[in-house]
Amino acid sequence: MALTGIEIYKFLPKTNCKKCNFPTCLAFAMKVAQKTVDVSVCPDLSPESKAALEAAGRPPIRLVTIGPDAKKVEVGNETVLFRHEKTFFHPPALMVRIKDNEPLESIEKTVAEVSSYSVERVGIDMAPNGFAIDNLSKDAGTFAKVAASVAGKSELPLVLMSTDPAAMEAALEKVGGNRPLIYGANAENWEKMAQLAAKYKCALAVIGKDGLDSLSELTEKITKAGVEDLVLAPNTANLSDSINTLTQLRRLAFKKAFKPLGYPVITFPGAASKSVEEEAILAAQQIGKYAGIIVLDHFTPALFYPLLTLRLNIYTDPQKHIQVTSAIYPIGSPKETSPVCVTTNFSLTYFSVAGELESSGFPAWLLVCDTEGLSVLTAWAAGKFDAERIAKAVKTLNLAEKISHQKIILPGKVAVLRGELEDELKGWDIMIGPPEAMDIGSYLKQMWKN
Amino acid sequence: MAPVELPVEKWTGKIKEVKLGGNGRKSMVIGGETTLPFLKFEGVLPNKPVIAVEVQDAPPKDWPQALVSAYGDALKDPGEWAKKALSFGAEIIYLRLKSAHPEEGNTGAAEAKKAVAKVLEAVDVPVIVIGPEVPEKDNEVLVAASEVGKGQRLALGNCVEKNHRTIAATCIADGHVAIAKTPIEINLAKQLNILLCDVGLAADSIIMDPTTGSLGYGLEYTYSVMERLRIAGLMGDGMPSMPMLCDVGEESWRQKESRVTTGVPETWGDPAERAINWEIITAISLLNSGANIITLRHPKTIEFLKNSIAQLTQAG
Ligand code: SF4
Repeated sequence: MALTGIEIYKFLPKTNCKKCNFPTCLAFAMKVAQKTVDVSVCPDLSPESKAALEAAGRPPIRLVTIGPDAKKVEVGNETVLFRHEKTFFHPPALMVRIKDNEPLESIEKTVAEVSSYSVERVGIDMAPNGFAIDNLSKDAGTFAKVAASVAGKSELPLVLMSTDPAAMEAALEKVGGNRPLIYGANAENWEKMAQLAAKYKCALAVIGKDGLDSLSELTEKITKAGVEDLVLAPNTANLSDSINTLTQLRRLAFKKAFKPLGYPVITFPGAASKSVEEEAILAAQQIGKYAGIIVLDHFTPALFYPLLTLRLNIYTDPQKHIQVTSAIYPIGSPKETSPVCVTTNFSLTYFSVAGELESSGFPAWLLVCDTEGLSVLTAWAAGKFDAERIAKAVKTLNLAEKISHQKIILPGKVAVLRGELEDELKGWDIMIGPPEAMDIGSYLKQMWKN
Repeated sequence: MAPVELPVEKWTGKIKEVKLGGNGRKSMVIGGETTLPFLKFEGVLPNKPVIAVEVQDAPPKDWPQALVSAYGDALKDPGEWAKKALSFGAEIIYLRLKSAHPEEGNTGAAEAKKAVAKVLEAVDVPVIVIGPEVPEKDNEVLVAASEVGKGQRLALGNCVEKNHRTIAATCIADGHVAIAKTPIEINLAKQLNILLCDVGLAADSIIMDPTTGSLGYGLEYTYSVMERLRIAGLMGDGMPSMPMLCDVGEESWRQKESRVTTGVPETWGDPAERAINWEIITAISLLNSGANIITLRHPKTIEFLKNSIAQLTQAG
């Protein structure tokens, strides 16, 4: 949390001694808040105040980075419980679990499939974020070999899963430079795991399935040992434990400023699931409530495409009007005789019109005008959806080249634009569609004779 | 070390309890929670969310094969269809009088009565009756449905601003519940509840339908509006404290991702699995944002969501 000048001022000596070259402590505090000068410039700041200031300035949920820079994932540092309060910032990493006791050949195949997978939605490319290598073989050599092989085939971030410090060290010797997440520390092995995390400068997952009391005890021990980049692995085995525990963690961080549990969370929705669908349900819940890294046991496009779409939906900034690029979108497989509907580039408007056209059974062209992300009526009222703009879109997007007729269908709510638009687009037939997207199907049935 | 002090919110409000069914029909209560969805550590959730399965009054023309084959011949008769839905795990039947739509046959009160009677006869669970969503036609067929189900506490929808007087009057006369539908906006939802209460409908006879956006098609808008409505209700505002219904089945099966099997990118994956994942992911997301009733279509989705709800609501 960035502190305000007043908050910083409270920690200063308040002597106005000017040794910092500012006239008063308050003036200095204001500059510190703006980050134009560092607080250490004040020579009289006591070490206790300095530590308190740092603690107060720390985000309630620490930002943790894993993976090599090119493909790194950053999780944590969220600031709200509900996306409508501001937005969620760091989408959970979706990873795939690799079992080190499987044949290397099939492991490499999975790695190749996952790392080449990418799917596009509204102009955004979505992809999985990495691999969690699970030391099921219980053998240090095998674990290290598989880790090295995966790292050799893919740049995506890794989670190394073993509670055996010797196996972990063997794997870190191979891939420690890629900043993997060490998974992880428990009540028995934490000292050794913390040493490894410090040595390889990697984040450390803290495993505590017996409730938050013992988990927070463990993180306090580990932070005292000097490891600060932690990820929590509480009990999230089923839907109920997951939503209750993860809500508690997030509330503790925000409402109680409880530092020992102010870290992002890793979950394994496949671990106790009996089917891919159960895994999908738990993963979907955890995308909304409140996971930082989600490790899935299955990789299939039919699972990842919807989960990645959900992540995109939930992590969309609700305060920004999401815009669709102004273009002529084919819905179904339209021909040159197909109808042309005009709409705005507010994503929800676009999606409802596109959805209705899709289910109407009429292949059609959807001409999206740039209305700066406003919906039909709002855009019209703001002068962003007028005859001039629509005519400009028709011309610059070369609509005439796509169709053999000269008809466009306006949203019913802006029927008033017809006259002006007829002047702007000489020779075009301006049809007035229904006011609600819902009625487009029946409108086309009545009005559009192919 | 001192134990971690759980961060419990002190909500002063409570979601209203709405009763459906009764008078010979199985009855159930929805709503009544004193905390956000499934937060057992904080409050009580006396009535679990329920699954409504859709039945239409005529064989659907636009259903994808995955659904048609799951229901088979039952689609030809609303009564048989309702029984099939029950065998899949339906706790409520969501009967859509689709053929009353001017484009779908423009059937009237007589046909509506017949379809409703068939469903009421075939199953003993609570029934929701939805008109063709053309306000004048809705008035015609819902008033007819209301008479057939008099006293059995059906839910009738959709009640929108335009027809709220008629629907409210019918609900009051025959003892039913109104499904108040508004377009993804918190103030409009509140406003419609106020209008309904103003014309005399009891606040415990209203279920809100905040309009469902499916995964990829506005889900996040519905999700956040529902969270805001639920929070406002729990903070003590009476008007958005009604239980909520989400029409997941219709919205998720309408989308390209659930319908199209060829000519889409390979990265979309197997069409059958994708369609089911589309429906279950939409459903779980909206349960977590506060849905008390979700409509579903595919038998597999019904089974999985039923298990999920059991997991989320079991004691302890
Ligand atoms: S040096 Fe420190 S104590 Fe002196 S005026 Fe600056 S902030 Fe205040």
